[in-house]
This record gives sequence, C-alpha cells and structure tokens, in this order.
Amino acid sequence: MSYFALRHSGSARVLPGFGLSMGISVLFISLVLLLPITGLFGQLAGLSLAEYWAIITEGRVVASYMVTIGAAAVAALVNAVFGLLLAWVLVRYDFTGKRLLDALMDLPFALPTAVAGITLATLYASSGWMGGWLESLGFQVAYTWVGIALAMAFTSIPFVVRTVQPVLEDMPAEVDEAAMSLGATDGVAFRRVIMPHLWPALVTGTGLAFVRSLGEFGAIIFIAGNMPYETEITALMIFVKLQEYDYAGASAIASVVLFVSLALLLAINVWQGRFIRRLHGGKG
Amino acid sequence: MSFSVFRRSVLALAIGATLSTPAVAQERELLNSSYDIARELFAEINPKFEAWWAEEHGEDIEVSQSHGGSSAQARAIMQGLRADVVTFNQVTDVNVLAEAGLVDEDWQDAFDNNASPYYSTTAFLVRKDNPKAIENWDDLVNDDVDIVFPNPKTSGNGRYTYLAAWGFADDQFEGDEEQIQDFMRTFLANVRVFDTGGRGATTSFIERGIGDVLISFESEVNNIRQEYGSDDYEVIVPPTSILAEFPVAVVGENAERNGNSDLAQSYLDYLYREDTQRLLAGFNYRVHHEAVVEEFADQFPETDLLKVEDVFGSWPDAMETHFEGGGMLDQLQRR
Amino acid sequence: MRRIGDAPLVRRLLIAAAVGLSGLFLLLPLVAIFAQAFSQGVSVFWSNVSDFYTLHAIGLTLGIALLTIPVCLVFGVALAWLVTRFSFPGRRLLQTLIDIPFAVSPVVAGLIYLLLYGRNGWIGSWLNSHDIQLMFAWPGILMVTIFVTCPFVARELIPLMQAQGSREEEAAVTLGASGWTTFRRVTLPNIRWALLYGIILTNARAVGEFGAVSVVSGAIRGQTNTLPLHLEQLYQDYNAVGAFACAALLALIALLTLAAKAGLEWRASRREAFA
Repeated sequence: MSYFALRHSGSARVLPGFGLSMGISVLFISLVLLLPITGLFGQLAGLSLAEYWAIITEGRVVASYMVTIGAAAVAALVNAVFGLLLAWVLVRYDFTGKRLLDALMDLPFALPTAVAGITLATLYASSGWMGGWLESLGFQVAYTWVGIALAMAFTSIPFVVRTVQPVLEDMPAEVDEAAMSLGATDGVAFRRVIMPHLWPALVTGTGLAFVRSLGEFGAIIFIAGNMPYETEITALMIFVKLQEYDYAGASAIASVVLFVSLALLLAINVWQGRFIRRLHGGKG
Repeated sequence: MSFSVFRRSVLALAIGATLSTPAVAQERELLNSSYDIARELFAEINPKFEAWWAEEHGEDIEVSQSHGGSSAQARAIMQGLRADVVTFNQVTDVNVLAEAGLVDEDWQDAFDNNASPYYSTTAFLVRKDNPKAIENWDDLVNDDVDIVFPNPKTSGNGRYTYLAAWGFADDQFEGDEEQIQDFMRTFLANVRVFDTGGRGATTSFIERGIGDVLISFESEVNNIRQEYGSDDYEVIVPPTSILAEFPVAVVGENAERNGNSDLAQSYLDYLYREDTQRLLAGFNYRVHHEAVVEEFADQFPETDLLKVEDVFGSWPDAMETHFEGGGMLDQLQRR
Repeated sequence: MRRIGDAPLVRRLLIAAAVGLSGLFLLLPLVAIFAQAFSQGVSVFWSNVSDFYTLHAIGLTLGIALLTIPVCLVFGVALAWLVTRFSFPGRRLLQTLIDIPFAVSPVVAGLIYLLLYGRNGWIGSWLNSHDIQLMFAWPGILMVTIFVTCPFVARELIPLMQAQGSREEEAAVTLGASGWTTFRRVTLPNIRWALLYGIILTNARAVGEFGAVSVVSGAIRGQTNTLPLHLEQLYQDYNAVGAFACAALLALIALLTLAAKAGLEWRASRREAFA
C-alpha cells in the first residue's frame, strides 16, 4: 500500500464499464481540473509575450526562483538520505515502537500546513526549544533559507519514505544472501546489489518531494523571514502580485511554477514506465 | 461497504443542507468587511449596535464580520463577497472598490472627516529602557539598529511605515531626492524580517525576540504593550509621523441587493457617536469627537502628522511611484 | 543466513539514528503543539475549544470533508478502473492530469476558481446575474477542497489494481455476472483497504486545507470560517493559546487518521498471515 508505487502497464480486455468510467473521469477532469485552469490562461491572454517575459524574468522574481529551487533541492537531497534510512530501518529491522515510527511517517501529510508552519517557527526561532539550542551552537535556522529548506523537508519527507518502502519490502531475501555469500562487505553489497534495485524508487520519491516543495506556501511563510533577494520564495511573489490586484502578473508567475511542476511530474511518470518495461522486459 | 458509502452520503447531504440554511431566516444580516486586526474592536461594537438598532427600530438584526488583509478584503468584494460596508485601514483599497463601481465615487464626502471615523499614526515599540536610544526616524538608520515591520508590498501597515520614513527624510533633507533615497536604502537595509502582515511582525518582535524596534500603528503598539507587559516594552511616538486614516464606506451595490441600505448607513454613522468614539479611544485609536478627545488627551502625545496627499500628491500617485512593480520600493531594495 | 546490515552494531546505529532524527524532526513539533495548547491549563484550552465560533468552524470543516469524500471516491474508483482495466491512447496523459492538484500551489488553486466563478469570471458573472453565489459561501469551499483532494483515492488505487490484474473480474464476467455485480463482489473486496486508505488521506487533506480555502472563503466568522482559517485569526489576535488549541484539534484529527491507518494495515497484515 503506497501512494506512488511503481506502476505496471495495464492490458486491454473485454471488461464492462469502459464508457461509464471514461465518462465520469473525463467529465470530472474537465470540470474540476481543466476548466479552472483556463481561467489562468484567460489572464495570460491579456499579456503580450514581451510583458509575460518581463514579469517572469524580473530580478526579484528570478531571485525567488533561485531561493525556492535551491532550498527545495537541499530539502529533497536531505530527504533522499533521511527517507532511505527510515525506509530501510522500517523494513529491515524489528524493534519496539516500530509501528509508532511507521505511523509517524504520515504526520506531515495529515498535519495542516498552516499548523506545521506556526509550529516550526515556534520551535526553531531563537526563543524556541530547538532554535535556542542551535543558536548556541552558532546556527541560525528561522528567517534564513535553512528555515525554508527545513519546512520543505518536513512537508515532503513522506514522499520518499512511502515510495522506497514497498520496493524494499518486495526485494527477495536471496538477493542479500547471494551478495553476502560472495564475501562482500555490507557497504559494498548495499551499493552494488541493493541500490540498483532501489534507485528508481528513490529518484521518483525525491522528485515528488522536490515538486511538492516548489509550491509550498503555508508551512514556509512563517519561518522564511521574507527578505527580498534572500529569503523570498516564488509562492510569496504570487501572493504579492495578488495583493497588488495584479491577476495577470500572479497568473504569469503561477504558470511558470505550473509548467515546471507538470513537466517534472510527466517526466517522472514516463521515465517510470520506461524503467519498468526495461526491468520486466515487456512483461505485464 | 456500499451501504456505508450510501449512509455517508446521506449524512453528508444532511450536513450540507444544515450548512446552507441560515440560523434564523427572517433576521436581516449586515456584513462588515474589515482589516485583519480589527476583530476585537468590532466584536465589541457590533453587539452594541445590534442592541441600539433593536431599541430604535424594534427589529432584531445581526452584524457579521469578515477579516483579512485590507487589500485581500477589497479583492474578495470585487470577486463577489457580499459585504454591505467596509471598514478598512487604507484609502486605496476603498478607491479600488470605487473604481469598480461598487462604492460611490464621492465616498469620502459621505461621512465626516474624509469618511474616517478614527485615525492613528505610525509609532515605535522598543525594548525595556530603550537600549538603542530610539526617539526619532533618524535613529533607525544607525548601523546597530535592527528593525521589524511588515512588508509594504503585502501590508497597508507596512506602506504607512515606509511613507512615514520617506516623509521624515523629505522634511530633513528638504526634498533632496538623492539624500532621501540614501536614507531610505539604509532604513530598509536595517529591516531584519519582512512579515506579510502586521501581526506577523509583532510575533517576530515579541515571541521570537527579533529586532530592536517594531514599527506599527500607534494603536497597535499600545495594545501590544498592554497585552505583553508594560514593563518590558516602551512606546515611542516620533515627533513627526504620518496620518493613518481608517476609511469606511457603504458598498452600495451589495447593500441594495441585500436590502440593507438603511442599516449600512446607520452602522457607519454609529461609529461617530460619542460612546462609540470613547470605545475606539479605549482601543488606542485617535478620534474626532471633542469631548472624547479631551478626556483621552494624555494618552495621545502631540505629533506632527503628515498627510499622504501633502507629501506624495495623492494616494494613487504614492502607490504608483513607490509600491508598484518596478517602483521606488523595488529600486531601493534592488542589488 | 545473514542479510545486509544485520551486524548488531550497524543495526543499533541505524535504528538509533532513525528514531532520534524522527523524534527531533517529526515528533517534537507534535509535542510542541500540545504543550502550547495546554500551556495555560486545561480550562483555558476548553474555553477556547467550546467557543461558539470555534464550534461552528469545527462543524463546517467536518461537513465539507464529509461532502468531499463521496465525490473523490466515485471519481477515484472510476479513473482507476479506466486506466488499469483498459488500454487506450492518452492513458498516460490522463494519469498525469490527475497530478495537476499536486503541481498547483494551493493559493493558485483558490485563485483559478475565483477567476472563473467570482463576480468578474465568465461563469461567475452569469451566476451573479441569476443571484447564485458559489464563491465566499460553503459551495466555493467545497469546490476547491475537491480540487486539492481528488488525486488521493485514484493515486492509491491505481498501483494496486494494476498489480492485481483483471483475471478475476474477467472470469466473473465470463461466467455471466453483470458489470456491477462483478465490481461489487470481485473488485471491491480486493481493493477495500486501499480504498479506505485513500479516504483517510482525502479526509486529512480536506480537513486541513488552508491556502486554497483562504482565497475563496471570505472568512466570515460563524459562516464561512473553517478550522484552519479560524486558527490563523486567533493567532492574529494574539491568542496564541487559542490558536494552538485549534492546532491541537487538527493535530488530534491527524493522529486519529494515522491511528485508523495503522489499524487498517494491522488488519490487512493479519489477513495476509491467515490467508
């Protein structure tokens, strides 16, 4: 049971319900997802290409892309390592509190982002439990880009854990045994034997975590500090445009985030399909 | 399974039906759309108005509240929030509604004092004993001073602070544009955190302990000091600052549609009555009613209040020159 | 037989690292919420929770979630059936399209609905002239909530139904069962845990959505204020305890969600063990 386990491609058979399910799906996708998106493009239609380009390449906006992408990348990489560790520990070992730890993994999905935002800001400010301690060690988290990365990492950690976990679970024990019987050390065996099976899932999970971080607003805004060129995220730039009644400008920046995110998601989906076909040699 | 889904849907529909039915269908309801920090204020005024209306007209009514950033509220009304009246903290946000035809063009003449029943100014909150000796705007550009105030791009409160500092510099350097811009650049560089709203800035200053001075409305810094302990903080009202008006208007189109035109007018008139003005002064807002002004004279130090119209020509001019994309604020922050 | 990473030292080290980091990173924020909510005692917490406007916000939030779930359920099952049981051109595109809500930042999600159904939108202006109000009323909140939550059920079902294949259903149909009977008797028992899990995730997100809802709600107290919006207002009013009391309620819903999910998994694993 995972949100984003690797998919197998389906096959055409003579089951009933094609018309009905197609009807419901297409109707729903058109009405709920695509129709409102046209509103976004309606706004963009009011801009000339030059105006559009000027809005999305404005210095402060570009700086916000850098901050957002940089922090999201750091958060995704940290989550790749942390998520792999957690998935490994949850699948391979038995220990007291394992079930609790497993349940805890979904907390960031279940907790409203605004709650996560004010809580993280309270904890990591210099007056908070974590912030005070970190500051005495010379690290400042709140109101720096580290805080942004932290909030992003918090909201997106389940993507990595829940994508890697099922793949690890499905891995047969013989794989380990074969490697160990050849006398390889743990480190070498992990790198040579486990990782090749794992990395598609790891890349997928990390990619999803990255995409999620690009759009996050509620959890970040409290801890970011929002200084121009330094800690302003792209979602804030959209928010600022809205405050100025500049719908076209907001839609322009939003469209950039939308295209990048969709392109990444499509790439993940296609790449996943290719990989599975290669792995199973066209089976299933 | 399918049964439980069915039962769930029925339950959901029942709840949906309850949601859509107003509690008491016949009662008239007035919606006041207001800025985000006025919630406690109107929570006190509304029941008083409801009681007064019931006594005068023998009719039970209800006043509802919607709060958010002033600009966000104006945007919501333009997109269909059916507010009967607005009580904002920024003239420009009412102007936006007037441009859209929702509010009468001459709205500033519809009520006394430019349709602003109360006003305030921008003041400083500093930590105990004022360790950085901050008394005026030019103390804020010292190297060792860290400032907290909300982002002028997202907050009307922040815009007032920016305009007040500019107004001071304009006075100080007798209009020398280059010196004013240098002053403003240093001033903005001293800001530690740009929260999106006034209350966010307060949290940064009080709860997170960031910065040496918080700049906000005079009413707000006084409330904060009362709330968080008068021993730990001091309020400094600079000798020169800016006049912050809190404009009110009837949203004609909505009030007519809701059949609330008389109510809306009375509600805003009610804000000018002596007892309401006293209540407003209790919330540290400056008011116009003479008896009340006298009564609370000690509470509000005399200050030279600059008018946006005098320093910047008009609100639309100030907005265009300073706050629009690529405007002065963006240029000052550019690097 | 020895498996990779079985050495006691490695094992202990990794477990300690995982537990320690999760504690700091995930559990501590949760503890902080409850610590803040109860920082002035149980009675202050209780008076904040039992406030009329808080109760109304709870009711609205739960009502919206209850309306959202059946819609997402029907859509999710239909889409999963479509893309796992049939092969047709555009299948991959359809699967990517349902990811749109993941790609759109919540504030933008609210904005696009407002642009379409708001007073100036091309559907909204027609609605306005017919005196129908969707935005700034509960239907608007429901619409954006459905938008942000619709991928969860489908996302949960698709990998499972793909892995299970369609042989059992084909057998049933060949033996003369109607489509509906096949779905109810064959498919549903196979997917019901995933389905419930999808519902749990949908519910969690529906209850907690802030960004999109804040744009279309109008935040009228006692009318269109959901619990996350109410929380933010309390926070704005210097009522940190009240805000964290609401946060604690939302966290409690989150915890119940996690407990329900853990319970489901436990049952599922037990069934497997007996099977």
